[in-house]
Amino acid sequence: MSTQNQSKNHQNTQKPSETTTVLQTEKLSVYYSDTLALRDVYMEIPKQQVTALIGPSGCGKSTLLRCFNRLNDLIDKCRVEGKVLYRDKNLYSPKIDPVEVRRRIGMVFQKPNPFPKSIYENIAYGARIQNRKENMDELVERSLQRSGLWGEVKDKLKESGLSLSGGQQQRLCIARAIALKPEVVLMDEPCSSLDPISTGRVEELIKELKEEYTIIIVTHNMQQASRVSDFTAFFNAEESDKGNRFGYLVEYDETGRIFGNPQAQATKEYLSGKFG
Amino acid sequence: MTSTSQTRHSANTDESMEFSYGTRRTLIGAVLTVLAFIMLAIAILPLGLVLGYVIIRGGSQFNLELFTGQIPVALQEGGGVGPAIVGTLIVVGIASVLSIPFGILAAVYLSEFSSDRIVKWIRFATNILSGVPSIIVGLFAYGVIVVNTNQFSAVAGGFALAILMLPIVLRTADEALQLVPQEVRWASTGVGASNFQTVLQVVLPSAMGAIVTGTTLAIARASGETAPLIFTALFSKFWPTNIWEPIPTLSILVYKFATVPYENQQEIAWAASLILVLLVLITSILSRLATIKSIY
Repeated sequence: MSTQNQSKNHQNTQKPSETTTVLQTEKLSVYYSDTLALRDVYMEIPKQQVTALIGPSGCGKSTLLRCFNRLNDLIDKCRVEGKVLYRDKNLYSPKIDPVEVRRRIGMVFQKPNPFPKSIYENIAYGARIQNRKENMDELVERSLQRSGLWGEVKDKLKESGLSLSGGQQQRLCIARAIALKPEVVLMDEPCSSLDPISTGRVEELIKELKEEYTIIIVTHNMQQASRVSDFTAFFNAEESDKGNRFGYLVEYDETGRIFGNPQAQATKEYLSGKFG
Repeated sequence: MTSTSQTRHSANTDESMEFSYGTRRTLIGAVLTVLAFIMLAIAILPLGLVLGYVIIRGGSQFNLELFTGQIPVALQEGGGVGPAIVGTLIVVGIASVLSIPFGILAAVYLSEFSSDRIVKWIRFATNILSGVPSIIVGLFAYGVIVVNTNQFSAVAGGFALAILMLPIVLRTADEALQLVPQEVRWASTGVGASNFQTVLQVVLPSAMGAIVTGTTLAIARASGETAPLIFTALFSKFWPTNIWEPIPTLSILVYKFATVPYENQQEIAWAASLILVLLVLITSILSRLATIKSIY
């Protein structure tokens, strides 16, 4: 089912078999004001697994992540070419409402960004705007339990979300993202502004969450990718003839194989720390 | 400073680290500090003098009749400014209803929805509007409302004040909205909110404190304006009954009574000044209380 890349620089992206695909990209390219940022990505994301996107800075990992929930729409002058297929529907077709997309594909950002509202409202907000009729108290408790935050905040639900520590804020953001049970959760370097202990907690959480959700995580930390993910995609950056850097997919396989037996030269060099 | 040690390094550590009052550096620093304080005192002086004088001259008039009595005519004793207080409240109220919703909505458009090119020009236009002399705004209101409705009215006065308030409300709301960090908007969009929901339920509440401060400033400015009311709301001696008629206001009352040779009216003018100052103060305090308590 995977389509071939023509250029001999890029390793073919073999889709790991026996798993169903929930998201798929076809010749996906992203331009910022006519400057190429990401070139011709072909990828299939398996369902209910953790897929990690790794690579040096500027290789387009976060840009690719934002394509999956159409958050690039919010960036001025960002243009997307190619297709992103979610359940066989192209997310970038003009008929698709991006608001509906984001209700099915949630996101956790690099810097924790709770709303300036109470902890309770942070989680209830999503349900309210989608007119969900469920019991708010249960929803809030369930989500906070799931993200491991309930014990620490159950007595102070009315306090501002901003009064929590960094690690707690990020777990609040995760609770917020999973509250409405999206099918896919995108995480853009969720642990990069956290201390090691909070990072460990979040990584544990990710491993538990994959039983219900498909997770795509961008990370700068190779060890984290090897700890947490089932599949890993390695991206690299290259200079074009016009002098700007753009990213492309180099290799994509099961985590064990990427780290244990990388095929491409660039992958080997990155993993052994020759650049990053 | 002399040092007779061999190396530069040990010379520095030999010298004492304590304050040396004789050095030029310390002296200049002290002089400049004193100078800065003197300038501060000079800057605050007018405020203190004005307030102090108004309180002394006006406060002595305070009694119940001041607030409930009719506006006195020449040579009449006693009387009060009750009608003018109500008039000011009405006219500023009309101005607020006209300017605040438009100002805030325009600011929302500017900071959330417009493109870079347009934004520059609208902000520029707003700045120009805020610099228009208030008497010209009054003339404009005269031409638009008074001439067409064939009468002087509170509505005309409110309209003129609204034009004066609009740029202030717009600018402060615009800046308040820009201060809301972009990540919060992204978070809301990421949870599946439409633009409308994000702005109304996340961005606006978050900026509300600063917006309220801005509107209070605008209201304070409007309640003290005199020139635009001179030929729009005019003046009357009676308790206001109809917004389509001339209406007394505190600022016009002060204007009229301050220079007539009747001592009673002059005293009333002082009292009216104090009331005006107090009104502005109370508005500020109320709005501060409102924002502190708000939980959304």
